Amino acid sequence: MAPLPYVVARKRRETRDVWTLELEPVDEAIEQIRPGQFTMLYRFGVGEAPISSSGDPELGFRLVHTMREAGQVTRGLCAAKPGDLVGVRGPFGNAWPVDTARGKDVVFVAGGIGLPPLRGAVYDVLAHRNGFGRVVLLYGGRSPGELVFRSDVERWRSRLDVDVEVTVDTAGHDWRGNVGVVTKLIPRAPFDPANAVAFVVGPEIMMRFAAAALIERGLPQESLWISMERTMRCGVGLCGHCQLGPTLICRDGPVYRWDEMRPWLEVAAL
Amino acid sequence: MAEVLAAADLGVLLGALRARGYRVVGPRVAAGVIQYAELDDAGDLPHGWTDEQAPGRYRLARRDDDAYFGYAVGPHSWKRELLPPRVRLWQASRDGLAVEEEETDYQPTAFVGVRPCELAAIAIQDRVFLDGRFADRDYAARRADVFLVAVECGSPSSLCFCSSLGTGPGATDGFDLALTELHAGEHRFLVRSGSSAGNAVLADLPTRPAARADLETAEQVVEAAARAQAGRFAAEDVHDLLLRNLESPHWDAVAERCLSCGNCTLVCPTCFCTHVEDTSSLDGETAARDRVWDTCFSLRYAEMHGGNTRPTTRARYRQWLTHKLATWEDQFGTSGCVGCGRCIAWCPAAIDIRAEVAAIRQEDAHAHA
Repeated sequence: MAPLPYVVARKRRETRDVWTLELEPVDEAIEQIRPGQFTMLYRFGVGEAPISSSGDPELGFRLVHTMREAGQVTRGLCAAKPGDLVGVRGPFGNAWPVDTARGKDVVFVAGGIGLPPLRGAVYDVLAHRNGFGRVVLLYGGRSPGELVFRSDVERWRSRLDVDVEVTVDTAGHDWRGNVGVVTKLIPRAPFDPANAVAFVVGPEIMMRFAAAALIERGLPQESLWISMERTMRCGVGLCGHCQLGPTLICRDGPVYRWDEMRPWLEVAAL
Repeated sequence: MAEVLAAADLGVLLGALRARGYRVVGPRVAAGVIQYAELDDAGDLPHGWTDEQAPGRYRLARRDDDAYFGYAVGPHSWKRELLPPRVRLWQASRDGLAVEEEETDYQPTAFVGVRPCELAAIAIQDRVFLDGRFADRDYAARRADVFLVAVECGSPSSLCFCSSLGTGPGATDGFDLALTELHAGEHRFLVRSGSSAGNAVLADLPTRPAARADLETAEQVVEAAARAQAGRFAAEDVHDLLLRNLESPHWDAVAERCLSCGNCTLVCPTCFCTHVEDTSSLDGETAARDRVWDTCFSLRYAEMHGGNTRPTTRARYRQWLTHKLATWEDQFGTSGCVGCGRCIAWCPAAIDIRAEVAAIRQEDAHAHA
């Protein structure tokens, strides 16, 4: 499967090393992407990287991808200027099962660069706000300067029908918010664990502690969903790289129900 | 219906395949091993040769007869044809990022001398590359025009364990023609067709109908090959056995011997992992993407921005073995092992997949005794 050319329509700096690119098809577009899914983004002559959609699903054909400058490819993508072309393959993987949360409280827990893969689902839930109970977003970053989508988070926080808590690992004197890991926000978050669904994204260690804290609160394992990440070369289940135990993350994931993934996360270096 | 072809007429089969437009690829002796390469005529076949195999060891030896297929398997497998070590996927020009997919230029090819374990391996790769949500374009294009001439196994090596996995030594399906080489009396081949393409080729050959004695002799050849390797591998419950022993101390014991070289994955007829290489021209105007064989033993295989998810040889060997014999089933509905023994012969440290599973099995029995 070959990449389709997309043009960088807008570019926004989120933090020192995190950028959001908005992409529009030059000609042919990929299928409509859903929150939770990803594409393989190609920078000419450099290579491809799997990047989650961070866009509002209402945007239609416009793709939104947020990425940290981590390796050669993401550095190349983050250096793209409006008007530059990038290649897109996808959409790949599965989507957040937002519908399973209908009528229930929804808890989003994001750590660091874990917010972008959740952002589309947050938009989706807020676009159908009456279909859900309480909506909670717990977001943790390393420092205030490393929080992404600050304007979104501030807008959601200003709403009376959304509970947003933000915390950072370390902060200077000018920070008046919470300090500490995001999992510490879970015990006092306002949701009914018996009637809630949680969507969690962050580093694996954070997701494990978040899951433990959510289950401690009484959330059933079947109501807890996470998004996994592994090296990917093809995006379509044929290169082998993203396998983790019985599953190929690009094909069967990246979104998994916690009880399906937990046994494999408990084995170090699997 | 089974037919009999005189050994002296084997060249007629190769000629008939060529006449139908097939490039003919089969076993021939080169570089001290039996490789798969293009055949000009039956004289190119490894006439009178056999292979002697042991963990970490492979040697050619002369047979005391003139068998054409009197060996087990060499380091090559048919994945070299269907999933070549390097394939160009596409090229792009900077101008407009116009991407042009590479057309697969693959001449219809007859694979001659496909062992039953290799038929099983091809069926496994078919599942991976053709039966999922996304079929692989290049693999599909190559696979579509392949004519399979299987040869039942009469000379298993000391490393073979296909009979324990049900992948050989007899060929039951998945071929166009299946041959069994018979020595008792006249040197000849029993030939069976498994497809309409096979029927058509068979009709071109100077055969005679098989007699009861021919069929019985062929059965004996396969039975003897199965008997010779009986009990070499206990496959029962291997999926659950391995998955409940992911933290076994035995993985550390293997890691002390494993060099993490990846030879096992290169010679394995089912291992399919690939990496991609992106390159650009010197003037920066065009770029290309190649797909190349990778191995789960390589340093970069599991490397992510956050570090390497399998940083140790222990983790890599465990991944390879448990994928091959256990999680492959979860991912693709079939085991990833066909019992050909290549990974054992070509391991420079003589690591034997059968012995490693047996050690884990023994330890597991102790732990649950």
